[in-house]
Amino acid sequence: MIKFSKQQLKVPKLMRPVYLVTAGQSKFDRAMPDKRTEELCIDAFTMAADLLNMSPAELKRYIHTCYYGHFADHFGDQLLGEAVIHDRLGLDPLGNAGIKTGGATGGSTLWEAMKTVASGYSDCVLAMGWERMDEVPTDEGNFLISCAADKDWESPLGHIYTGYYAVMAQKYWQVFGKAEDSFRRTLAEISVKHHNYARFNPFAHGPMKITVEDVLKSPVIADPLRALDACLMSVGAACAIVCDEDTAVRLTKNSKNTPLRLYVAAGSHTLRPADRRDMEIPLLPNETEDQYKNLGKEFPGGERYPGFTGFLGARMAAWYGYRMAGITDPMEDLDVIELHDAFTISDVQTYEDIGLRPYGCGRDFVESGDCYHINPKTKKPGRLPSNLSGGLIGCMHAVGATGIMQTFEIATHLWNRWAEIHGDEKLWKKFNRKKPSDWTDLQVKGAKRALAISHAGVGSHVTATILMHPDHLLIKE
Amino acid sequence: MSMFGQVYVKNNQYKLKGNFHHLTPNMPIRNADDGWRLMGVTNPRDMTYIHSYGGEAIFFESLSQGKLMATRCDNKKCEYKGSIYQPFRIYCPDCLSRMTVIDMTDVAKKTSKVHTFMVCERSGAFNSLDKPIKFINVEFDGVCTILMSYLAVGEPKIGMKVVPIFQKLNPTYTIQDLAWVPKGTKASELPQGFSF
Repeated sequence: MIKFSKQQLKVPKLMRPVYLVTAGQSKFDRAMPDKRTEELCIDAFTMAADLLNMSPAELKRYIHTCYYGHFADHFGDQLLGEAVIHDRLGLDPLGNAGIKTGGATGGSTLWEAMKTVASGYSDCVLAMGWERMDEVPTDEGNFLISCAADKDWESPLGHIYTGYYAVMAQKYWQVFGKAEDSFRRTLAEISVKHHNYARFNPFAHGPMKITVEDVLKSPVIADPLRALDACLMSVGAACAIVCDEDTAVRLTKNSKNTPLRLYVAAGSHTLRPADRRDMEIPLLPNETEDQYKNLGKEFPGGERYPGFTGFLGARMAAWYGYRMAGITDPMEDLDVIELHDAFTISDVQTYEDIGLRPYGCGRDFVESGDCYHINPKTKKPGRLPSNLSGGLIGCMHAVGATGIMQTFEIATHLWNRWAEIHGDEKLWKKFNRKKPSDWTDLQVKGAKRALAISHAGVGSHVTATILMHPDHLLIKE
Repeated sequence: MSMFGQVYVKNNQYKLKGNFHHLTPNMPIRNADDGWRLMGVTNPRDMTYIHSYGGEAIFFESLSQGKLMATRCDNKKCEYKGSIYQPFRIYCPDCLSRMTVIDMTDVAKKTSKVHTFMVCERSGAFNSLDKPIKFINVEFDGVCTILMSYLAVGEPKIGMKVVPIFQKLNPTYTIQDLAWVPKGTKASELPQGFSF
């Protein structure tokens, strides 16, 4: 699509307010030979019930519809895996459907849940996601992931998804990074940051105390991307409960959880980057008409949009989501975010797509220190901390669960429960993980609004999940 | 006797010959830390799929004949009439009319250059290209899209002029039959089976 019609640019409108009241997740790991998928899902559901001070059976009584996010049937060698989980959760004969949008599956599952409540069809919906990526060895896993590319035109070229991102990394580095070594070091800094934050997250399975040099010396996968630039391959489950206002009040009456207003918007772009056509940049509320008129002069080679340097799907998810939720400047209106850092380069690209920085200037979000919990330059709280969970690089990428994990994370900040959950000694022990002696409370103090970006393929599907404390909405109703 | 599965089409129906799956027994997975108790089983699976290229078949057949085919929207009512697509696509993404198949081999020989690239040291299972794989994304004059492929000779660079080569000898009838080399490469330097 090159031009949008008026109808296509309708700002999404919900028929009634929708709330996220609780969420939960299992341990995440590279492999879990001791657990079936249903055990992971029940772990996540039980945690969600615990956070409401309810039993799983009590919480189940409120649920009317279920959406299950599970991307890759062929990983688990089980078609209709959603039905298996639904039955094991004892939620039959309620209506349920499986959701599959690649890496954005978790976000898309929440998108469906939101619409189901907003329409009035259901008052309470379960959004559950998982992935089982340990049932084949890594090489075979890479093959299966590459099957999400076009099987005639792309997959036979190496059967490795990293390659499809690496061409974008190369172009971005040459054009917006001006081929500077300092840009490559900034990419490495993202990996250092996310692996380090994962050290404080008991759910995470990629905690590391590493340096930029470690990242730059890690094995090359697809030049310029190295092993430590890439996300994890994980097993695990995450869930969320989405409801209308009356149900939200009832479910949270004995809990520290505040019902959080939920907005989810979605965008897409061609599955094959090869099919991308040049177009005008759709502008976010914090951008101006003439902002990008000199982009090609400022960054030679950057005149083509989105070319291989941006994700139109992410731009459109933010375009719809910000207008839906009343966000006029994400840097000012949001307090904490979780982005889909499938690779360090896609993290930087997303900063621009969602308007944290203008196109071409994404690196500044890291180099300014804005993305940190505590800005290493000013020693003050970062302006907009990102991926305090460790993200996909440090925490997990159990594909169908990832977007829900991100939402769980930002919700814990808005509930002011981040430290209570992530610092819980019993949880560290239960997961057989050692809480580090320098464990740090990453709660973003006073957080009221948050965003999670869930992203698939090389940007084929993207969702923007926005949570707001109900006393700090940006739109009058 | 076992033989690879083979397929042809007669009266628009698939005709199959040979074995399309091979049976391998399950094996138990046991826990070495816990008295070798049972944890699970392996599930071997070796199966041949039957895949139709449909309206794209001419593209893959043409590669084996040294030709690069593309498509062009010739619908007079289409806002983007005249747009040329590589990758070849059957229908116009705007008006959804069936597009005209065109031979763009000469355009590719004269105007192709590297839009971006990467050098891939690793691959997933079933990869059959030599490593490192040098992915290139190729742009052409007058074509509105950018083709993903691979460089078979030399080192890639953004802006580098390249020309297509084709696996005419023992073709695979897949996208791997198309590769690229820097402009000026001699025929003697091409990989086995490939020619200009």
